[in-house]
Amino acid sequence: MNWLLDPSFSTFGPDIDRLYYIILVITGLVFVLTEFLLFYFLFKYRKKEGRKAEYSHGSTKAEVIWTLIPFVIVVAIGLMSVSVWDQIKNPVEFPNPDYEIIVSARQFEWDAIYPGADGELGTEDDFTVLNRIHVPVNEPILVHLEAEDVIHSFFVPDFRLKQDAVPGMTIPVWFEVTEPGEYILGCAELCGIGHYRMDGMIVVLTAEEYREWEAGQIAFHSGERSPDEGDVVASRGDEEDSDETQDTGGP
Amino acid sequence: MSATAAAKTDWDQPGFAGGEHHEPSFIRKYIFSTDHKIIAIQFLVTSLFFLIVGGLLAVMIRWQLGFPGAPLPGGDLLPDTMAPGGIILPEFYNAMVTMHGTFMIFFAIMPLMVGVFGNLLIPLQIGAGDMAFPKLNMLSFWLAVPAGFIMLASFFVEGGAAGAGWTAYAPLSADGEYTGVYLGQQLWLVSLFILGFSSIAGAVNYVTTIINMRAPGLTWFRLPLTIWSLFITSFLVLLAIPILAGALIMLLTDQTLGTTFFLPAGGGEPLLWQHLFWFFGHPEVYILILPAMGIVSDILSNGARKPVFGYHAMVLAIIAIAFLGWIVWGHHMFMSGMNPMLGTTFMITTMVIAVPSAIKVFNWLGTLWRGNIEFHAPLLYSVGFVSLFIVGGLSGIFMASTPVDIYIHDTYFIVAHIHYVLFGGSLFAIFAGITFWYPKMFGRMMSSFWNKIHFVLTFIFYSMAFFPMHGLGLEGMMRRLYDPTQYAYLAELQPWNQFISISVFLLAATQVIYFANFTLSLWKGEKATANPWRANSLEWSVPSPPPHGNFERIPIVYRGPYEYSSPESDEDFYPQFVPPRQKTAPRPEPQPTAD
Repeated sequence: MNWLLDPSFSTFGPDIDRLYYIILVITGLVFVLTEFLLFYFLFKYRKKEGRKAEYSHGSTKAEVIWTLIPFVIVVAIGLMSVSVWDQIKNPVEFPNPDYEIIVSARQFEWDAIYPGADGELGTEDDFTVLNRIHVPVNEPILVHLEAEDVIHSFFVPDFRLKQDAVPGMTIPVWFEVTEPGEYILGCAELCGIGHYRMDGMIVVLTAEEYREWEAGQIAFHSGERSPDEGDVVASRGDEEDSDETQDTGGP
Repeated sequence: MSATAAAKTDWDQPGFAGGEHHEPSFIRKYIFSTDHKIIAIQFLVTSLFFLIVGGLLAVMIRWQLGFPGAPLPGGDLLPDTMAPGGIILPEFYNAMVTMHGTFMIFFAIMPLMVGVFGNLLIPLQIGAGDMAFPKLNMLSFWLAVPAGFIMLASFFVEGGAAGAGWTAYAPLSADGEYTGVYLGQQLWLVSLFILGFSSIAGAVNYVTTIINMRAPGLTWFRLPLTIWSLFITSFLVLLAIPILAGALIMLLTDQTLGTTFFLPAGGGEPLLWQHLFWFFGHPEVYILILPAMGIVSDILSNGARKPVFGYHAMVLAIIAIAFLGWIVWGHHMFMSGMNPMLGTTFMITTMVIAVPSAIKVFNWLGTLWRGNIEFHAPLLYSVGFVSLFIVGGLSGIFMASTPVDIYIHDTYFIVAHIHYVLFGGSLFAIFAGITFWYPKMFGRMMSSFWNKIHFVLTFIFYSMAFFPMHGLGLEGMMRRLYDPTQYAYLAELQPWNQFISISVFLLAATQVIYFANFTLSLWKGEKATANPWRANSLEWSVPSPPPHGNFERIPIVYRGPYEYSSPESDEDFYPQFVPPRQKTAPRPEPQPTAD
């Protein structure tokens, strides 16, 4: 554990990490400088008998300097942040996604709703997967984030992605993953007694694997195939109080 | 506002020197007192009590985080609804997290800053006999007592205390079905609502007293920075608390009367609560830190035996922070689903508010520069404040940057940040202030030796406890997790959580030194002279403790409060109340000197 970040696995992750390191270097320098001066002054100007402190009320020049320099630095950090922020959060700048899903959070589970065979969300053949959200690699994914009961927060540390899910709102979120694998999804907003165990998984598959998985799910949910241990049966409003994610979701 | 305006005040009204001669009864003197010094001590005792309550909650929270599922030592004393067999339940954990924040912010730090130092120092440092409205002042304290009692009692009602966080985000807080807490959440709302009246009554008094009752010659720019910070803070209280009160009422009716201000099922808006809460909540953060900045400025100048560097810049920085503090609330809501364009706006204002904080840090360094620094205990605490506030200020820049905040929002990074500002910042300033003005309150000195031991240990254990939390946040550890080991990647960090927990236990144990020193010094402390720190402001012109009515005669102020090492004085201080040696200034008509 240190001030370095673990590698990120989304397309915008490196942009966030770069900004983080820029701020780390700037604040690190200011930290070292100010703490050094503080302790140096305490040592150098410690009380000595017979000496009087300098009778000075300050310096306008110094005030101007240490007002302007921090101002320029923080505004520069702000301006550098704007484009990264817009790229991640401003729907106007989202890439055109081929994959759309609804993620609906509730105490204390994540439902992922897929468009099904017709490729359209909000139709009868939509199918729902519990807690294990499968997506293809290297494709922008658009998530319509919803919440059924209280506020939750969709947090995937490895993607540097976080967005609150608010009941009554549908919030667009996008991400594109750069490597297949399993990435932990957590809840970052206190949502009740089960907040600590509201974990899920983003399962990132290659394009081919994803097609297979999707076809299998469509077949299963339309009743053409009997459930196997990889399938997660969930209906919204499920009363079952389980936080366990199924551990063999992928193909 | 000049010396002449102040001089027109009727100094013979009751409450001023010579106005009250009778000796009040015990109850009038110590229980239902209108004397600002007694009220300050009342606030001190109650808020130190709540500081202990909040601290014990923190220790239990850290026990659970360091050793999840292990029975809490002594935990079998707790009822089964909290910790059966000593094992802390998730609902009790959420209640502790909520109440730790609530007690510390509303019942410990805020009354320590505003209730204690505001009450004690405003009349004494401006040369007044008491507050403008002494009975309102008494009411302010006696409203805070039932508020605290209700908050404490909520632990013992059915369903336990509120468990929706000190920020009480709706809908979690708006309907008991989401938490299982009904009455506890309602008592939380009622308690804070009552406490709001207490704060407003105090703030009205402070503003009026500072505007109207300054001693002759005490112009605005001769006020100690403690007074300036309390003055500006009082405006923040007056403007922010009513916003909170409105929000509390709406949440209470959602809970009890079936309204749906914050419940989307009935057309309500969960984000409305967050806007209202943080519109209050961000100025509240400055209510907790501005007085600390004032106190530290005064004590650093006293310790360095040198005028405050850039007094006017310091005043302007306080005012700038207070103004900008109203337009940064959205930075608590970057991830809330609020329009991302608003996020950008709030990011820029938040970046800008870092500037006045930076100005203050540089001016504190400038104050120490070329001083003749006397390492008395209050100076050490103040230096600790500056050193830790730097960390808290700088970590704020990470979160102000919206893209970086996407990652660290609601993680332990913010937990580290808030504790650097409120513990490293506010609480160190409170230690400094209590130690510095202890002789003026109680007529005796605290043990300097034990203060210094306490400072060193607190600084070390504090840093061991809170610095690693930045790292936990950067690893992606979320806040308010009952058991972080539920996540595999967080289970790996468990040694760090144990290290932090043990540091917190040591930190808590160290505080016993301060409380013992505080208590024993009441009887055993060295008797204090009128001016033990050889300081300049008006409270040091009167005996320790000052008599009822404070000043024998209304003092006349000849200069600013920071004339240390002035060439015009033979000593290294030159109090505001000492007439100049030159015959050019006849006594009753003070001449303005350079501030």
